[in-house]
Amino acid sequence: MPTPATARRLFLGRSGGLVLSGAAVALLCGNDALAATTGGGKMEDVSILNTALGAELEAIAAYQLGAESGLLQKPVLGIAVSFQGHHKEHAAVLAKTIEKLGGKAVSAKDKYNFPVDQLKTQADVLRFAARLEQGAVSAYLGAVPLFGNRDLAKAAASILGDEAMHWAILRQALGEVPVPSAFVA
Amino acid sequence: MRCQACHALAYDRVGPRHCGVVGRKAGSVAGFPYSPAMKKANVVWTEKTLDRFLISPLKMVPGTTMTYDGVPDPQDRADLVAYLKQAGKSAECVR
Ligand code: HEC
Repeated sequence: MPTPATARRLFLGRSGGLVLSGAAVALLCGNDALAATTGGGKMEDVSILNTALGAELEAIAAYQLGAESGLLQKPVLGIAVSFQGHHKEHAAVLAKTIEKLGGKAVSAKDKYNFPVDQLKTQADVLRFAARLEQGAVSAYLGAVPLFGNRDLAKAAASILGDEAMHWAILRQALGEVPVPSAFVA
Repeated sequence: MRCQACHALAYDRVGPRHCGVVGRKAGSVAGFPYSPAMKKANVVWTEKTLDRFLISPLKMVPGTTMTYDGVPDPQDRADLVAYLKQAGKSAECVR
């Protein structure tokens, strides 16, 4: 089992030099597409992106807590590290897009009130992460129809898909039915 | 539950804590970074105002940072409001 210090290094090691791909790159390169957002819709889009960014930053901190708890064993620790890496990519692309649109990206809170006293086993940590991922899927679903810019809606849907996969894998690791229904809500 | 994406009962997350929300003035949790829109909303959260908010948060409070599409089903909304009322009396909120 990795010590908390090793786990921390594993996590921090991934934070530099993010490689953005797919929808992320399309989004960042699409100046024309972003310019197509008009009027007040633009500031509303910034606000949607900032709320999503707030949730991503919380997820990054949550996975950090999970890794440093020393409760995660291989291969679960590796999975958590890779999921945290995805959330970092989401956060990076959201923050860049917000700035591109002329907004100011929110930063991480100094302190998150995670239910640390309730995390005593690997399964507790997995359940905690699964709840966050499920919540994130639901939050993106609630955001997709609100965007004024359809490219942003597409990018949000792309992130939603990734987080739904995380949720399924975490459920699988817990021995639950990985995909409990045909629709997410 | 879909609100748990951003809210917890007893502490602030992306959204403010839900303990005590029924009967509270909108935008009044001390220390929570509300949008100017929510601070100025001048509503008290009751069964009725919550129901209206949840249909479409951005329609009722334009400029809110609760950028969530809404809960279209009346029964779902009624269940949520009932839950918020009930939860306000739960051990998590009362301690
Ligand atoms: C995407 C994140 C997100 C989701 C999902 C979400 N909220 Fe919110 N909520 C917020 C934010 C952010 C605020 C603060 C809004 C502001 O300041 O404009 C808020 C504010 C509120 C308020 C006003 C509270 C106060 O103190 O004035 C209520 C009531 C509320 N939410 C209920 C709900 C309910 C019920 C749900 C589930 C259907 C829900 N929210 C889902 C982010 C969210």
